[in-house]
Amino acid sequence: MTFLLVMVAAAAVIVLVTAPFRRLEPGGAGTEDAGASTKVAELEAAREAKYREIRDAELDHRTGKLSEEDFHSVDTALRTEAISILRALDRAQKH
Amino acid sequence: MASVGKALLILGFVVALYGLAASLYGAITGQRAWVDSGRRSMYAIAGLTTFAFAIIEAAFLRSDFSYTIVSSASSTTTPTLYKAAAVWSTQQGSLLLWVWLLSIWSSLALFLTRHRVREIVPYAAAVLFGFCSFFLALTMLFANPFGTAANPPAEGAGLDPLLRHTTMVIHPPMVYTGYTLLTIPFAFAVAALVTGRLKADWIQVTRRFALAAWLCLGVGVLLGARWSYTELGWGGYWAWDPVENAALMPWLLATAFLHSIMIQEKRGMLKVWNVSLILATGTMAIVGTFLVRSGILQSIHAFVSDPTLNIAFVTLIAVMVVSSVSLVVHRRAELRTESRLDSLLSREAVFLFQNLVLVALTAVIFWLTFFPLISEAVTGTQQSIGPPAFRPFVVPLALILVLLSGIGPIIAWRRVTVANLRRSFAFPVAVALITLALLLTVVSGVGSHTFALLMFCFAAFALASVAQEFWRGVRARRAMTHEPAPVALLSLVRRNRRRYGGYTVHAGLAVLLIGVAASQSFQHSRYATMRPGQSANIDGYNVRYVRPTASPAAEKISFGAVLDVSKNGHHVTTLRTSYGLYPSQDPSLGVVGRFFNSGSVESRIGLDAGFTHDIWTVVNVGNVTPLQGDISKGDRLFASLMSAVAKLPPSQQQSRLNTLFAYRDQLINELTQRFITHPWPVQFLLIVSPLVTWLWLGGIIVAFGGLIALWPIPVLARRRVRSAAYAARLTRELA
Repeated sequence: MTFLLVMVAAAAVIVLVTAPFRRLEPGGAGTEDAGASTKVAELEAAREAKYREIRDAELDHRTGKLSEEDFHSVDTALRTEAISILRALDRAQKH
Repeated sequence: MASVGKALLILGFVVALYGLAASLYGAITGQRAWVDSGRRSMYAIAGLTTFAFAIIEAAFLRSDFSYTIVSSASSTTTPTLYKAAAVWSTQQGSLLLWVWLLSIWSSLALFLTRHRVREIVPYAAAVLFGFCSFFLALTMLFANPFGTAANPPAEGAGLDPLLRHTTMVIHPPMVYTGYTLLTIPFAFAVAALVTGRLKADWIQVTRRFALAAWLCLGVGVLLGARWSYTELGWGGYWAWDPVENAALMPWLLATAFLHSIMIQEKRGMLKVWNVSLILATGTMAIVGTFLVRSGILQSIHAFVSDPTLNIAFVTLIAVMVVSSVSLVVHRRAELRTESRLDSLLSREAVFLFQNLVLVALTAVIFWLTFFPLISEAVTGTQQSIGPPAFRPFVVPLALILVLLSGIGPIIAWRRVTVANLRRSFAFPVAVALITLALLLTVVSGVGSHTFALLMFCFAAFALASVAQEFWRGVRARRAMTHEPAPVALLSLVRRNRRRYGGYTVHAGLAVLLIGVAASQSFQHSRYATMRPGQSANIDGYNVRYVRPTASPAAEKISFGAVLDVSKNGHHVTTLRTSYGLYPSQDPSLGVVGRFFNSGSVESRIGLDAGFTHDIWTVVNVGNVTPLQGDISKGDRLFASLMSAVAKLPPSQQQSRLNTLFAYRDQLINELTQRFITHPWPVQFLLIVSPLVTWLWLGGIIVAFGGLIALWPIPVLARRRVRSAAYAARLTRELA
């Protein structure tokens, strides 16, 4: 019984762990450009952070923590940074 | 099934080594199949350890004493709930719980990141496999929970009475969940350093795990404090015990990290600081795990010292520290900050200062926790350090933290003008000053407790600043949408969960620290030895010992007392407290004596908890001297009767023994009832503590705020921002 249970567990592990190799088509590309995908991920993270920053600045302005003048200056800077991130993201995704 | 459990651990260890190798090979060669196979290895380990944990749980639940850990920590009379929780009361079971939780959270992390940050993930997986291999090796080689006895005892030793508390079911798993979750941001930080991908993406991926770890560890620490307050019989909730400190230190560092990563996400600043913080937090989680099971420092929470485990843990901690420092130094050029602080009057500056205070607090606690070891190394004698050594450092730093938790929400990112500052600070400062004036005029003697007074004022400031933020946010929302106030509040929080979840945490912290300051500074306590009918006074209350109670049971003998509390002649509450004596399995204590003299005791406190104050008591009936003469007589009598029974033919022995045990139970019952019929004086500890409930209430608010912040941001909110940003881009590009 013990032997059988351990064998079943071991077989299940082997099936689970080797599945990616069995799915690999003959001649198919098993490699990837992880660097490019990480670059995109970095830019996406930067974009999300910048959006959050823009929203935070808007909320700070609406709740009276940022004066009109400060808000316009901060908001303009943030949107400029957001656009440069979007441009870089577009370039990275095209590649 | 024990051999199946052992085989599962071995299989898990082999799979962990394979996962480590596959992940590294996949990362280096860029072959996705190897990376995927490595990730699936983690799922396999989670499955194997779940199976192993289920086997050991089942053994505890059915009182299978062939397992040595079951016979050492459970018994047939242990209630089912505690049988289930007894697994993690043992060194072996708690290590298995650790590796089980680690594999579950690691699987979740690897599953959620399977399509993200692909360059980083395989290295992070390798680090997580390293932790899994380490803990599986420990459970396999040095603390195997599946050890069995050739001749299993008929009855187990039972769970330590101090652990028989409902919190035992949830407190250790919560702390372990916190520790194991902290390994995930640690692993991703190492991976980011190895790959040189040090932008904010690794932080974005792991922030939620860091927050979940912070939440679970915080709840675990709070539950531990509650346990201490209601079980340990000394009337306090925090003793600066090394094991308590071990859980608090990574929580403090994680708090700092959760604030400072916002600066990196927004401004690209503090990269060295953030990566160092999370590496230190992950290392402190392992240090905490080590302290619990090393026995190197005296603690009521620690397991018995095991030199082999100690060497293994010290090696792991050394590897973590050396590799962390080396990686940070190696990547120092890439970790350069992308921008600078615009102004010292900004939220970034407040966060930075708060980070310094939190790290200073951690450093102080670390130094004082390990001071006994340092003193032993220098002088040869281990000097004990108590709460008085902590207070001079911790109290001022806690005051600064509360003040900063009030300033943070009302100060904007990047820069603020003096006019805005004045407008934001006016209300909170006014509330703090009114609080000060009210306290000085209404509460007598508060002026002599400077730190407590400052804490109340700073906490009032923080609560007012958070309330102001909610009010302003709702007002702004209503101006835009014309929603009713409750709907506007819900929408505001739903769309800005991180911000308003954080504010809620700040409010909870202020409430919690009001409770701490009040209960520490204005507590009244005294010991009183009383007979039934006698009374003692404390803080204007009259406490009368009404009657004793006693109940013998197979699980324990319980001596108790009913107390009536009154003030100015009016009944306030009735308190019931008891003292439980658990039987020993040691036959040398005597047939009767083992029920009274085992030394295995527990206290049940009498507590009347209220919004303004707690009235707390515990009875100490440790002294059963009045019964000792009859206990000894009973032991002698039963010893001779047992000898006589042993000489009878085996067929008659069992029935005679059953008769003898029935007489023994009758004698125990009569001796126990003597506490009621001939009561002797017993000692009570009486405590009146103000605002302790605020501490628990504050903790619940903190946890609630943490949950708000942890909850995923709705997709709708993201889409709206995205549209707005794209609109801005179009406008500018067209122009």
